[in-house]
Amino acid sequence: MEDTLLLIATMASATLRVATPLVLAALAGLFAERSGIVDIGLEGKMLGAAFAAAATAAVTGSAWLGLLAALAASTALSLIHGFASITHHGNQVVSGMALNIMVAGLCPVLANAWFRQSGQTPMLAQQARFGPIELPFAQAVAKVPVLGPLYAQVISGHNILVYAAAVAVPLVAFVVYRTSFGLRLRAVGENPEAVDTAGVSVSRLRYRALILAGLLCGVAGAYLSTAHNAGFIRDMTAGKGYLALAALIFGKWKPVPTLLACLLFAFADAVQIRLQGVPVPGIGAIPVQLIQALPYVLTVLLLAGFVGKSVAPKASGIPYLKER
Amino acid sequence: MFSRLALAGLMAAGLALPAAAQNFKPAVIFDMGGKFDKSFNEAAYNGAERFKKETGIAYLEFEVTNEAQRTQAMQRMARTGGGGAGASIVVCIGFAFGTTLEAVSKEFPNTKFVIIDSVVDRPNVQSVVFREHEGSFLVGMAAAMASKTNKVGFVGGMDIPLIRKFHKGYEEGAQHVNKSVQVLMNMTGTTPAAWNDPTKGGELARSQFASGADVIYAAAGATGLGVLQAAKDAGKLSIGVDSNQNHLHPGSVLTSMIKRVDVAVYNAFKSAQTNAWKPGVQSLGLKEDGVGYALDANNDKLVTADMRAKLDAAKADIIAGKIKVTDVTAK
Repeated sequence: MEDTLLLIATMASATLRVATPLVLAALAGLFAERSGIVDIGLEGKMLGAAFAAAATAAVTGSAWLGLLAALAASTALSLIHGFASITHHGNQVVSGMALNIMVAGLCPVLANAWFRQSGQTPMLAQQARFGPIELPFAQAVAKVPVLGPLYAQVISGHNILVYAAAVAVPLVAFVVYRTSFGLRLRAVGENPEAVDTAGVSVSRLRYRALILAGLLCGVAGAYLSTAHNAGFIRDMTAGKGYLALAALIFGKWKPVPTLLACLLFAFADAVQIRLQGVPVPGIGAIPVQLIQALPYVLTVLLLAGFVGKSVAPKASGIPYLKER
Repeated sequence: MFSRLALAGLMAAGLALPAAAQNFKPAVIFDMGGKFDKSFNEAAYNGAERFKKETGIAYLEFEVTNEAQRTQAMQRMARTGGGGAGASIVVCIGFAFGTTLEAVSKEFPNTKFVIIDSVVDRPNVQSVVFREHEGSFLVGMAAAMASKTNKVGFVGGMDIPLIRKFHKGYEEGAQHVNKSVQVLMNMTGTTPAAWNDPTKGGELARSQFASGADVIYAAAGATGLGVLQAAKDAGKLSIGVDSNQNHLHPGSVLTSMIKRVDVAVYNAFKSAQTNAWKPGVQSLGLKEDGVGYALDANNDKLVTADMRAKLDAAKADIIAGKIKVTDVTAK
């Protein structure tokens, strides 16, 4: 009983840690795609932000300055995407992909030039990272059966960016569904002509959506390099941007279902780690290769059978050309 | 026309170089972990740097970042050596170059090749393999002696026989000290990307700590950096690999299983320069000081005198053949 509870608690805790960058990036994608801009560049923005955060934190010794640099870098990349796809009506997938490739190459080159450690930043000291935060009463209630350990192990003891991601979900939902900006945002992704006719600038709305996407990706990147890890390493996003995009499609471009999809991916990863080499009753030890394929198998299964029809915002991917 | 002029200028500049540098041109190709992985590849880099410092001869280098580059890098080194004649000797760091080298060594029969961690049976290839199970045995003993929970962990990089060899030696070492010790084991992945994923490494380490382990041995290239970091964050112990990683987190890294890739690279360069180079297989273990455990100011307090005495005794026994460590890759 005790062991099972501990296993559940550590798995839940790992799920939250792994899900954080996914959630933030998926919410970034939500803003962009709801405004009608396909954002395949989440990966690149996150990677760029991770590098900016680690490099700044390494030089200044401050995780907060690192976060600021990450926000700036990611937003700048987002604006490049906007300049190509909104102002110049370029192909959004191409522009996003170009961003990914550019950042993947540029960060190691800059890291090499600045730190001479072949594409990495120096390892960050404890003070230059976001450390765990003990929530109030965590020690006091740890003795309470079942709920105590869950609170102490799962809810408490994460770094501030994990909590930021948790707060971001209701916040984004509120912005998208309860504000006039959100209403226009949703409209511009479905029918930009109508928004234009109403006298609201389509480009301005889309730029604003991309800035929000940039900020969220910035936090995700800073989390990767200055909270979850201690430094930037080449290709450290390892496909998380694409995974976030998949979660967004699973979640049908809605904040809460997207959150659930991210948690599911992260949970599959946590299970995968803990199932390695553990004998399953009746089957015996499952080969590592099979277990490592679990998250992907799950993705395919869900996408094929359980999610149902997922319809993208109608104007997503189509540059808006104002008629003259 | 202009480019031809520029080329002529470059060639003139090349002629002005000292004669030794012209005749002898060593090259090294690093694997995906990257040359500053603070572990396997960095050891190779240190060996090459030592050669450069001692002889003043510069070397060519390449860091592979995807599979397709393996052949390209090898061919480019052998053919042009980055300008002028081909490289005299090409050292390939890592088992993953094995299949590529089979083909490329045939293509360039006059170039000397060295491969670390794999055996390629060709007349112009020298294969350097290490008996990592022996070194892993010693750090396994250290882990079991330092553990208070009677549970120790192992995080491997890519799931290949070579890493299984580290694991088996480690497990046998731990059980040599204490029959009842439990060894947890995780592999990071099944592709070369598993050498460069510290996020995953950190998560694997956290899961093992949560299951009760208090010492974790990382044999995973740059992925191991995440393991060491997680151990530091959790206030537990870790064991580094390949290079001496004790300095990364003083007081948290119990010791490091050193694999003298630096010596192998240095010797390869040196022997080729002095024409003493021979093809064939070289096996380096405890006896040849090719592997071992690291002891320095950073882990002086962690490894007690008692532990040291036991480790040295076991080392002598392994060299003398009294302790047999299983090599899972042996046929």
